[in-house]
Order: sequence, then structure tokens, then C-alpha cells
Amino acid sequence: MRALFLSVLLALSVAPAFAIDITQFDDPAKQEQYLRLTHELRCMQCLNTSIADSQVDLAADLRHEVRDLVNQGKTDDEIRKYMVDRYGEFILFRPLTNARNMWLWLAPIIFLMIGGLVAVRILRQRAKLVDQDNEPIEGDTGR
Amino acid sequence: MMNRFLLPLGVFILLAVVLYVGVQNSPDREHLRSVLIGKPAPQFTLPDLMNPGQTLSNAQFKGKPYLLNVWGTWCVTCRVEHPMLMQLAQKQAVPIIGLNWKDEDESLAHEWLQEFGNPYTAIAQDKPGREAINWGVTAAPETFLVDAEGIVQYRLAGAMTPEIWEKEFLPRIQGNPTVSR
Repeated sequence: MRALFLSVLLALSVAPAFAIDITQFDDPAKQEQYLRLTHELRCMQCLNTSIADSQVDLAADLRHEVRDLVNQGKTDDEIRKYMVDRYGEFILFRPLTNARNMWLWLAPIIFLMIGGLVAVRILRQRAKLVDQDNEPIEGDTGR
Repeated sequence: MMNRFLLPLGVFILLAVVLYVGVQNSPDREHLRSVLIGKPAPQFTLPDLMNPGQTLSNAQFKGKPYLLNVWGTWCVTCRVEHPMLMQLAQKQAVPIIGLNWKDEDESLAHEWLQEFGNPYTAIAQDKPGREAINWGVTAAPETFLVDAEGIVQYRLAGAMTPEIWEKEFLPRIQGNPTVSR
């Protein structure tokens, strides 16, 4: 049991050593921009991982592309547009805030409001029931 | 009495339908529509695989429709697709331009063509994989149909088959006046 525990712990501690991306920038701001963008762009081959997390060749190529664009001084939006122009909006893990995607962004708020209204109604009804209920509960004769 | 259950039931059915449609339409790699469709094909000038030291530009194929086939010798599905490309080349339906994607050495591509035949009118070399990104390529093989005006009309992700050729490519080549001119 102890051996198992230790081996699991050991395996977990090694994981960060497998980090694939060693791209370095002289400018810390650019380093941060690169990390941010590679984590929010989808690997178009494996679909559910970011290009930062994927070991597929295509993800490496896309990381190189991002690296070069960052080095050219492009902004986040310019780099996102560059990718969307080639691979479509699907490459962005975070949907664009435009008119077409508005419902996507508003949906959580709308659902939260509906849930709130339902909760308030239920609570009010219960409160009303308690008010109306003056009869002692059967069997509850007190002590 | 019935009313108590009608609303939740309605909401449940609505949700089930929405989720079902969502799952059915969830995009996978082969069914994602290329954003290039209806737009001018990316222009490239790349090393010419068949003529070492020279370059090849897809601008020179403008004026009639052509296929751009993305392939590599490391790609198993390309091997499966190859006989179909040979058939198309024999029929001389449209010129097939190859984009040799990320083959580390020319000799690999040359060996492949020698062994299995060469269906390509010309082959551009994309060793670093940069040009493939401009075309939004996700995996090989992919085949683009570019019309006479240089507009991308269709993108196939996966292997070309006789069925797909007849269903998706032929009508777009014959039916569309800007394509067949």
C-alpha cells in the first residue's frame, strides 16, 4: 500500500518534467502573450486540447507560427484573426464576442435569472403554506 | 393536476431536442467546413519537387480548375488514396497539384512516386509545413478544388474515393460555369 502510494506520488511529481514547450522570449511580456495564446488556441487535429498541450506535429507548427507572430509584435487580436482566417472560429477555445455569439455569452445569465425566479417562487409558496398551516401535525403531541 | 407536470415535461423535451441536435452536429475534423470556401486560394511559391533548384507557384494554374492534394510519404491514408489519384490522372479530369507536406527528405517522395506512380501535374514542397497552415490543413490527405478564377470551391479532409469524386467534385467542376470554363 505504502509502495503504491509512493509510486503514485512519484509519478505525479515527474509530470511537469514532460512539459513540451521550451520556447523562450527575451521580453517577459511576449513570453506571457505566447503562453496565453497557445493555451487558448485549439489543436485542430486532436480538437480537445490546446496547441500548448498537444504533442501532435501540427500543434508544434502552429506554436511556431504564434512564436513568429509574437516576435513580429502582433497583438492578441491580430494573431487570433490570423488563425481564424485559416482554420475558422472553431480554433478559438473562447468564442468571439460578436452579434452571432451573443446568445452564447448571455445564455448563462438568462438561465441564472430563470433559476432565481423559480427559486423565489418556490420559497414564497412554502412560506405561504407555513402561514396557513395552523393545525398541529398528526402524532406530534409534544411532551 | 396535469398542468403541474406539463411545464417541466415541456422543458425536458425541449432540452433533450436541443442537446440531441447539438451532439449530432458536433464538429469533427472531417466535417468542419473550410473557411477558405468561396475565397481566393492562398498564393504560394515553393520549391518544385520535380525540378530541384526551381520554384513552383500555383498562380500559373489559374485559368482552369485544379486540385490541390496535400500528402506526405508518412501519411498512411495517402497511400490508401493514391490509386484513386492515379485513376483521376489517367482520366485527365483536372490537373492535380501536389503539396508534399512535411516530408523530411525529397528522396522519400521520389521513391514513393517511383514505386506507386505519379498522378501529379506538379508538386510543391512544404517541408516546414507553413503553407499547409495557410490552407487550414489539419491532417493529410486533404484535397482542395480551386476553380478557374482561383476561388476555393470545395475541401475534402480524408481520402478521395470514387463516390466522393462523383458526388462532391464532378458536379462542382461541370455544373459551375466559372469552374468548367
